[in-house]
Amino acid sequence: MSEHIVPVRVYLMIFLALMVGTALTIWAGLQDFPGPLNVVIALTIAVIKATLVVLYFMHVRYSSRLIWVIFASALFWMGILFALTFSDYWTRGWFQVH
Amino acid sequence: MGHEHPAEHGHAALQHHFENMEQQREASTLGMWVFLVTEIMFFGGMFLAYTLYRSKYPEAFASASNHLDLKLGAINTVVLILSSFTMAMAVYSTQIGKRRNQIISLALTLLLGATFLGIKAVEYHQKYEDHLIPGRVVPSRPFDASGVHLLPGANPHNVEMFYWIYFAMTGMHAVHMIIGIGIISIILFWAIRGKYGPEYHNPVEVSGLYWHFVDIVWIFLFPLLYLLGRHLEH
Repeated sequence: MSEHIVPVRVYLMIFLALMVGTALTIWAGLQDFPGPLNVVIALTIAVIKATLVVLYFMHVRYSSRLIWVIFASALFWMGILFALTFSDYWTRGWFQVH
Repeated sequence: MGHEHPAEHGHAALQHHFENMEQQREASTLGMWVFLVTEIMFFGGMFLAYTLYRSKYPEAFASASNHLDLKLGAINTVVLILSSFTMAMAVYSTQIGKRRNQIISLALTLLLGATFLGIKAVEYHQKYEDHLIPGRVVPSRPFDASGVHLLPGANPHNVEMFYWIYFAMTGMHAVHMIIGIGIISIILFWAIRGKYGPEYHNPVEVSGLYWHFVDIVWIFLFPLLYLLGRHLEH
């Protein structure tokens, strides 16, 4: 078996980081930041937490390139889903059509 | 576990269409990841609906979100992350062949998963009490937003839209949790019988992948549903 066994110390560190991230999310959610900063902070922390879970708990960091490509394809198609939908909704009313 | 050639290549769990255990493990991990891609797309559609309506009705969404129980949502976040950790430990214990720890970790994961669902049920019941089940899903209690503190500019109809999305997303998430608990129960059943160890652990591993995925969905749901309007509430 050529697989990589992640040591317990790494799992513990990731767990602690996720707990800190959760505490930070709640704290940031209660502060009134200017403009859209509240959403930006909340999503940034969520993306960091999700990345830690994917890389370490789900072992993607130690997985083959094929797994990376498959995971990236999910993000790519999500990007298309959001980009095309919002290219419609956000541009509605830009021009007057008679 | 259909056709096996226990005489060949050693391990009894090796299926005939694979060369060796390594190839079998990689194939099952790959298959699980392809499935998870479809799951990402599935939840992605709901996240899209959320983003769209939230950007259209920010005040109503903030008002509706503030009515959710932040404390219970936060506790559930901790419970679920802890369950992901115990699941990771279950995979680890299997890989290094510590059967006692493997069984304890799996049992803890199940317990934490059930705790999450229990807390979720308490929350759903609160929404039922507050007349916040959208539409006429509960015929005797049609949706009524009068108990929700509306921020300036919020329309009660759009508060209802938030609750449709809230129940669709947390409901689908809860269904995934129930399926996950079912899967891990089966894994625990076989683990107690000593089926998994360093040579053969891919069922534990791919079940873990699924469990962690469900955790990730919640990592996004928690701030997006529970924390989006708190800063406006002063």
